[in-house]
Amino acid sequence: MKLVVGPFNRVEGDLEVTLEAEDGVVTEARVNAPLYRGFEVMLQGRDPRDALVITPRICGICSISQSAAAASALGAAMGLAPTPAGADMAALIHAAENAADHLTHFHLFFMPDFARPDYAGRPWHGRVVERFTAMEGSAQRQAITARAELLHVMGLLAGKWPHTLAIQPGGVTKAPGAREKARLTATLRAFRRYLEGVLFGGPLEEFIGLSDVPSLMSWGRGDVGLFLTLAADLGLMDLGRGSGRYLSFGAYRRERGPFFASGLWEGGAQVFDPGAIVEDLSHSWMEGEAAHPYDGRTEPDPQMASGYSWCKAPRLGGRPVEVGALARMVVDGHALGLEMAGGGVLARVAGRLLELARTQVLMEELVAGIVPGAEYMARGGMPSEGRGAGLVEAARGALGHWIRIEKGRIAGYQIIAPTTWNFSPRDAGGVPGPLEAALVGAKPGVEVQHVVRSFDPCMVCTVH
Amino acid sequence: MNLIWLQASGCGGCTMSLLCAESPGALEMLEDAGIRLLWHPALSVETGEEARKILEDAAEGRVPLDILCVEGAVARGPGGSGRFQMLSGTGLSMMAWVQRLSARARHVVAVGTCAAYGGVTAAGGNPTDAVGLAYDGAREGGVLDRPVVNIAGCPTHPGWVTETLSMLAGGEVVELDGLGRPRFYADHLVHHGCPKNEFYEYKASARDLSEIGCMMENLGCIGTQAVGDCNIRPWNGEGSCTRGGYPCISCTSPGFEDPSHAFVETPKIAGIPVGLPTDMPKAWFMALASLSKAATPARIGTNARADRVVVPPTLRKK
Repeated sequence: MKLVVGPFNRVEGDLEVTLEAEDGVVTEARVNAPLYRGFEVMLQGRDPRDALVITPRICGICSISQSAAAASALGAAMGLAPTPAGADMAALIHAAENAADHLTHFHLFFMPDFARPDYAGRPWHGRVVERFTAMEGSAQRQAITARAELLHVMGLLAGKWPHTLAIQPGGVTKAPGAREKARLTATLRAFRRYLEGVLFGGPLEEFIGLSDVPSLMSWGRGDVGLFLTLAADLGLMDLGRGSGRYLSFGAYRRERGPFFASGLWEGGAQVFDPGAIVEDLSHSWMEGEAAHPYDGRTEPDPQMASGYSWCKAPRLGGRPVEVGALARMVVDGHALGLEMAGGGVLARVAGRLLELARTQVLMEELVAGIVPGAEYMARGGMPSEGRGAGLVEAARGALGHWIRIEKGRIAGYQIIAPTTWNFSPRDAGGVPGPLEAALVGAKPGVEVQHVVRSFDPCMVCTVH
Repeated sequence: MNLIWLQASGCGGCTMSLLCAESPGALEMLEDAGIRLLWHPALSVETGEEARKILEDAAEGRVPLDILCVEGAVARGPGGSGRFQMLSGTGLSMMAWVQRLSARARHVVAVGTCAAYGGVTAAGGNPTDAVGLAYDGAREGGVLDRPVVNIAGCPTHPGWVTETLSMLAGGEVVELDGLGRPRFYADHLVHHGCPKNEFYEYKASARDLSEIGCMMENLGCIGTQAVGDCNIRPWNGEGSCTRGGYPCISCTSPGFEDPSHAFVETPKIAGIPVGLPTDMPKAWFMALASLSKAATPARIGTNARADRVVVPPTLRKK
């Protein structure tokens, strides 16, 4: 039996999933990103600095991540690093977006499916209906308010959100002073009050200190506790399990290194070689050969003759990887993250919640470290020839920009977004992408919804 | 009032910005205005078949549609087929859905510069042949031949959207400017209320990003020509582009995505910036600028090149 699921909403952007099912379970899945815009083509021939205006507009939910990747790629080409204070403010702006995105995903995109009548009669259902019914649930309303207030960080440091020009290769355009520090402190205290009072229902440090799955499952407080209760009831750890191969480019690069480590993990830490990244085009509506992003091209096949998605299929050392908050927690070596490695829906969502708690701590540390009068911007010139890669972590996982500059203009610009990894189509060897693999064994219907949304896909980034 | 929101060829950022509405929040504001969201791709529970039924019912006139909001440009390519964006699960292009639903809608609202004029989706040679709903850049055209409210901006301020929708729901006339933008924000310039106004008065200019001087002379700022009340009502608490230390790139204007120069560099001829304020005689501008530049107090000249106020205002003590 063949099923086409679309429009698949509450994901950022456009998604269609085609399922083959037998005896009530999915036997094969094909994931289609049905929107193509051609950002890599638009950038050709432009002044390299224009990438800082154009690439954030790939995505309205991870706009800052795109800014950070572009700034980092340009910086690499220029041989320019941000000042330590500038790097910290860029990290703070980026962390605020990622925290806001995790909140948006949990409340607006993921949880409303558990308020569906499918689950009427479950002991937790009434509470979920009250808290998470789409557009009406009390938790949704509280989260939207908390998010809007958290994003005052953007008003103070980045002008506005989304789509800022505040993050530059040398640092940030706005130097915070004592007043900004006081305001940011107040904003973050309010956000902690919300997280501890409503979402987690307890001290963040206590949640961060959880080191195994049984103690996680007995958390029992706040909306997190409500989620864990239903997750245990529905067996969400085993639904949509991942392959256990995780990649993180490392998040929030500060002077002494990234706050969340970079690396490849598969049963243990593995050597990560960015040179081993290749985009395979065998099942996408793209022309050309598989290539490393420095050599990659973006030439859509207007006939859409062979393939089933606009998405390319990135592979690391010839194989797919899963990226995202869970991947970051695993690669970073967090005890709970490591114990959840290879897990399904529950692991991805709990990984995100764990990261949200840890991100709050990071943001507080960054604000406490603000020194009025420090240098927030380093200056440098744009070379007429050069290349550079910007590897960062968006809320949804590893995001890379690769730029080539010739005669002072952009000669090549390739982007691999987190969901390009997670929702890739098959490669030349017929190996499915991470979501395609995770869907096998799920029941068509609401289970498929949970698996897909557990990845927090961002489809506008996927194809760009 | 029934409202359907479609996300066409764009980034979804105008919805993300809308959710930053405060006092009250976006959902409360729509609710209070009597607007029912029949379907929104980021917010509604209905997915797949359930969503298709809602769209089909509205397109066939079985359920009245008062307001159609479209976010994102409409991709007409390849070859006029619209297949660069298929509305998944329906076998139809987004272009076809926008045309079908707009024929039933009492009001059509383009949310964001992409939906209004093409915007960034139409940048760099426009690889997907994307246009706005009723405009192709600054020219009337696009895919609809009917009145459209163009809430241009990249992204839109949450207030621009909630206030336009409240006015439509309340039966009030939304007055539009010559490019279809609501006048309540398009009658202002980004320059109005810009914290760099004193620097502008003396043409005390920043030369590099992060310096707090006026960004018009060197850094590509066109806030004196761009419409928007960005510096009158704040973004995200208390921000705006110029408050954030970077130039206004006139994101409310058709064609802003392809300036003939780098965004953060002011094009000049013989050292004089081109593109001076539109409604001021150029000779007068030049005369005033050279006069005020010569009269720049040391405080303003010094601060303009710093990343914070280093020379405070002189105190007048009795």
